[in-house]
Amino acid sequence: MGSTNSTLLKIPNVEVLMRETGFSPAHIIRLHDRFKALDKEGRGYLCPQDFGAIKELAMNPIGDRIIGAFFSPGKETVDFHTFVKILAHFRPVDKDRPKEPNSPEPINSRSNKLKFAFQLYDQDKDGKISRDELLKVLRAMLGMQVTEEQLESIADRTIQEADLDRDDAISFEEFRKSLEKVNIDHKMSIRFLR
Amino acid sequence: MGPFMSPFNNLLCMLLGISFTVWFTLLLVFIIVPAIFGLSFGIRNLYMKTLLKVFEWATVRMERGAKEKNHLLYKPYSLNGIIAKEPTSLEEELKGIRRNGSSRDLNGSASTTTGPSPSSSEFEMSDTFYFCRRGIESIVDDEVTKCFSAEELESWNLLTRSNYNFHHISTRLTVLWGLGVVIRYGFLLPLRLTLAITGVSLLVVFTTMIGFLPNGSMKNFLSEKVHLMCYRICVRALTAIITYHHSENKPKNGGICVANHTSPIDVIILASDGCYAMVGQIHGGLMGLIQKSMVKACPHIWFERSEVKDRHLVAKRLSDHVKDKSKLPILIFPEGTCINNTSVMMFKKGSFEIGSTVYPVAIKYDPRFGEAFWNSSKFGMVNYLLRMMSSWAIVCSVWYLPPMSRQEGEDAVQFANRVKAAIARQGGLVDLLWDGGLKRGKVKETFKEEQQKLYSKILVGTQEDRSRS
Repeated sequence: MGSTNSTLLKIPNVEVLMRETGFSPAHIIRLHDRFKALDKEGRGYLCPQDFGAIKELAMNPIGDRIIGAFFSPGKETVDFHTFVKILAHFRPVDKDRPKEPNSPEPINSRSNKLKFAFQLYDQDKDGKISRDELLKVLRAMLGMQVTEEQLESIADRTIQEADLDRDDAISFEEFRKSLEKVNIDHKMSIRFLR
Repeated sequence: MGPFMSPFNNLLCMLLGISFTVWFTLLLVFIIVPAIFGLSFGIRNLYMKTLLKVFEWATVRMERGAKEKNHLLYKPYSLNGIIAKEPTSLEEELKGIRRNGSSRDLNGSASTTTGPSPSSSEFEMSDTFYFCRRGIESIVDDEVTKCFSAEELESWNLLTRSNYNFHHISTRLTVLWGLGVVIRYGFLLPLRLTLAITGVSLLVVFTTMIGFLPNGSMKNFLSEKVHLMCYRICVRALTAIITYHHSENKPKNGGICVANHTSPIDVIILASDGCYAMVGQIHGGLMGLIQKSMVKACPHIWFERSEVKDRHLVAKRLSDHVKDKSKLPILIFPEGTCINNTSVMMFKKGSFEIGSTVYPVAIKYDPRFGEAFWNSSKFGMVNYLLRMMSSWAIVCSVWYLPPMSRQEGEDAVQFANRVKAAIARQGGLVDLLWDGGLKRGKVKETFKEEQQKLYSKILVGTQEDRSRS
């Protein structure tokens, strides 16, 4: 590691990565450092235990789900590219990006941020948050501090208000609609320095 | 072959003999004798100043080299942080969500959206956003992982091991670096090894001899002198350049000396300036031999491995020792593990429960000359000592802080935190609440429960209000 150029050269397909995610070269290098710091055995990829070793994450009530978001179904490892792409969801929205009709939606768009949050709830990836899945999230966030009945009543109320087509589950569209007024950009973004 | 080789043989033998004699005389005069009397020629300070000048020159050359090639010099991430973390708490965040973006308009009822009224705190799907963001922030940058890896330097100190940032080395610098390697491994390392072996063997031999004397003031006096002498030789074996501040606050008999822990060398650094009773587990091998002979000369507190788990036994032995005013002050490192000297982690409360005066000591190493932190997950003890002995020097400052005692109405944990804050302040270290045990152990479930309790208070606390109204 030395000058920015020599480090960037060591990362394969870094141009594509920067274009897709919108991270600057300096960000990529710092994320690469972080990736290497987490990858203690230097294998070139991360597995769930490497994330589990981050103490602050282990204390987070939904820490496991966040870790799960990095691993596509069936995969046990995450490489640097995927790592960066997932973190790109949390870049602040680019307000001055021109709206090109043919280019793919940027990873950090409002919609994609919502999709990321949606998958934290929807663990079986069937496109809907069932009552059961909602209960599981509530249990994770509240632990043993509330009774089963209280959880059920919270879940019931939430579904009642968000579920517009009365199928007792919350689809992505219903999820999006219920969060219309929330400032997603502010809540689901991290300020990257420099 | 015979007559042809013998003059050379003789010459060779003579040369070797002379060089060894010269070598040992120099060693004796310049290093061992001053160590015995606690004097110094000032050679080490001169050495340190020269090295600093060389390092500055090297860094300037590298920056110039990089500029010429129009590349950006990379600054290590741990110094600046990748992200700006929002300092908002869970409560503030959730109230913010409800105030600004609540999807429940609640039929236009007036009071709910103007001020933070608890009765409208019901579960929102966006509550997960807070935890999600915090989680991602900790993936990108967290405090604890940083404490357990060596501090990164702004400039290069001609050691390859700290050259993870600088790649633009011109020929002149490479030559300088090569010279550095020759000096360090060819000259300094053998010198230091000799000294270390001398120091340790003298310690073992003399303390065993003193052990045969009857207990009394003569024994204590001699034991003090011997310990000091051997530790001073060891200090020179590491080329440790130590500055002691506020020696008037040095720990006295019947007290407990408490210091932050960065490496096993901390013991040598403190013990070369005063006599302490060490506390620790008995090891096997060479370490065990040293421990056993040390305890013959003066009462140190060594525990068997099985006894270490028994907290009451440990506390009892410590308090018995402390009550006897003729015994030396105990030296304890309450963090329980080696931290990388940029911060101070949670102090274990055991030593603060005993009730005697606590003498805090802050130790701060200067990483420019050699990284003293022992990353025990990366390096074993032998590897570590080798790295220590092939660095340029170990430079550190020791501050003796004024003694502290537990105040009325203060419990052991609060007292420990007070002492920790004083040490952190003096040494310029960050005061962290985290437990050093996190280096190896898993996070206790209680931490997660804290978060859950906080969140549930915001939600469920309001349920009770609603049921009441």
